[in-house]
Amino acid sequence: MSLLSELASLHPDSLSSPFWDACKKRELRLQRCADCGAFRHPPLAGCPSCASTRDEWALVGGRGRVYSHTTIYHPALPTVADEVPYNVVVVEFDDAPGARIISNVLDAEPEEIHVGLELELHWDDCGDGVVLPRFKIAQK
Amino acid sequence: MSLKDQTCIAGVGLTDYGRRGDFFEIGSVPKIAEALDRALEDSGIDRREIDGFCSYSVDPNDPSRLAPALGIPNINYSSLVFGGGGGGTCGAVANAAAAITAGLAEVVMVYKTITQPPHARFGASYGSAQLAANPLTDFHRPFGLISPVQFFSMIFRRHMHLYGTTSRHLAEVAVATRTHARRNPKALMQAPLTLEDHQESRLIADPFRLFDCCQENDGGGVILVTSAERARDLAQPPVYIMAGAQGGSAEWGQALTSQNASDEIYATAGHAHLAKRLYAMAGVGPEDVDVALLYDHFSGLVILQLEDYGFCERGEGGAFVEDGGLLWEGGRLPVNTHGGNLSEVYLLGLTHIVEAVRQLRGTSTSQVEGAEIALATAGPANLPTSSLLLRR
Repeated sequence: MSLLSELASLHPDSLSSPFWDACKKRELRLQRCADCGAFRHPPLAGCPSCASTRDEWALVGGRGRVYSHTTIYHPALPTVADEVPYNVVVVEFDDAPGARIISNVLDAEPEEIHVGLELELHWDDCGDGVVLPRFKIAQK
Repeated sequence: MSLKDQTCIAGVGLTDYGRRGDFFEIGSVPKIAEALDRALEDSGIDRREIDGFCSYSVDPNDPSRLAPALGIPNINYSSLVFGGGGGGTCGAVANAAAAITAGLAEVVMVYKTITQPPHARFGASYGSAQLAANPLTDFHRPFGLISPVQFFSMIFRRHMHLYGTTSRHLAEVAVATRTHARRNPKALMQAPLTLEDHQESRLIADPFRLFDCCQENDGGGVILVTSAERARDLAQPPVYIMAGAQGGSAEWGQALTSQNASDEIYATAGHAHLAKRLYAMAGVGPEDVDVALLYDHFSGLVILQLEDYGFCERGEGGAFVEDGGLLWEGGRLPVNTHGGNLSEVYLLGLTHIVEAVRQLRGTSTSQVEGAEIALATAGPANLPTSSLLLRR
C-alpha cells in the first residue's frame, strides 16, 4: 500500500488536467507563460507577470530541492492515523524558477530532511489512474 | 477621503464561551441574539437603530433572515468579506466604517458565530473528502497536507532556516499569552505554562507543538459601529476607527495552501502590504502602537506579524519575543493581553477586536497604562486578510 493511500484521489478540471495528465506519463510539467516565460503553480488562467492567457506546459527535470518542510505527528483525519509521522515538503526546481510543488520524501527519517536537501523525482502509482510526483533523497 | 476617525466602535458583546460543538444544537442565530443583547446593553443603542450587517468567513446568516429574527426593521447595507477562516474579521469592521462614512447606514452590526458541527472541524478543513476534494486541494491533499497547522508550520520552518528563529521563541509566545489568560477570568486556559512545559509538549506539525496551536471553540460576538458623532452620546467612551485595511498583495494570493508566495514574502504572515496601508491611513507608525492584538491561530504567526507590522526588522521577531517581550507589563510590546486564541478562546478574531476596545476603554484585565492606540489583526491565511488601528 502506498503512502497516504486514503487521500490519493484527484479531481482535475480544465486548468489542472495538463499537470495530472503529464504525471500519468511520468512527466513533471509545470505551467509557464507562453509570452513572458514566467512559471506559475498551481495553475492559473492568466500570467501574474504579464496577464497573458497563453500558456505552455514545460517539462521539468527530475532534480529538486527542499524549500521548506514539516513532519506531521498529529493525524488531522482518522484516515491518516496509521501514517504518522510523515513528512511534507515544498520542492523548488532550478529549471522552473518561481514555481514550487508540495510533495513527500519517501524512505526518509524526519531528521534527514532539511531546507536545501537535494531530491530526485520518484513516480508513485497509486492506482485508479492516480500517479503522484513524490521524491527520494538524491544520490550523489 | 478616508474613513479615518469618522466612526467608532460603540458596543461589543460576546456569547459565553463553549467547547467545540457545544452550541451546534442551539444554532447560530440564538447565539448571535445573545451576543447582540450584550452589545446593545454595553452601548446603549436601541436594536431598531441597527440598519447595517457585516460579516465574513462565509457566514450563512444572511440579513434577510437574520434581521427579522432579531427584531431589526431596516436593512440599509449588508456585506460579506470573501474568504474563510479568521481573515475577514477586521475587514468586516472596516466595511461597517466605510458604509457609515459613505452614508449607506447609521448603525452597523458586525457579527459572527461558530457553532461547529461534529463532522466539519476547522482543524481538518482541507482534508475531508466531502468538503475539500477539488482541483485546488489536489495539489496538497494527496500529499497529506490537510490542516491549517501543517501549512503554517512550513512557512515558519523557512523563517527558522533563514533567521535562526527557534522553538523556544514559539514557547515565549505561548507562555506570554498564557500569562495574560491567567489574569482574565473568562479565559478557558488557566493552567500555568512554562517554557519547559511548551518544549516538552507533543509535536503536532514540526516545529509546532501542542501549545503553539489555538483552541477550537463555539461562541460568537457582535460589534456595533456607528458614526463618531453618534458614539459620543452613548454609554461607553468612543473607540475611534483610525484605519482599516483588507486584502493583501496578489503575489500572496493563496500562498497558504499553494506555498508559492515569492521568495521575498514566503516566510512572512503576508500582512506587510496591509501594514503599510493601515499606517498611512491612520497617519501613525508602529512606534505609536501601545498594545497589539495579533491573531494567534499559531504562535509562530505572532512572530511573523511583529515583523510585518514593523515592530522589529524582518528576521528579528524571535529576539523580540525573548525574555517576556510580549508581556503586558515590562515587555517590549504588550501583545494579546486577553490571552488570545491560544489561551482565552478562539472566536475567529472577534475577541482580538473586543480586547482592543477594552484596552482603549481602560477595562482590560491586563490593562496597559495609558493605552491610546491599539492594533488588531485578523488571521494570516489565503487572502483576504485584514487589520484595524483603533484609538481612544
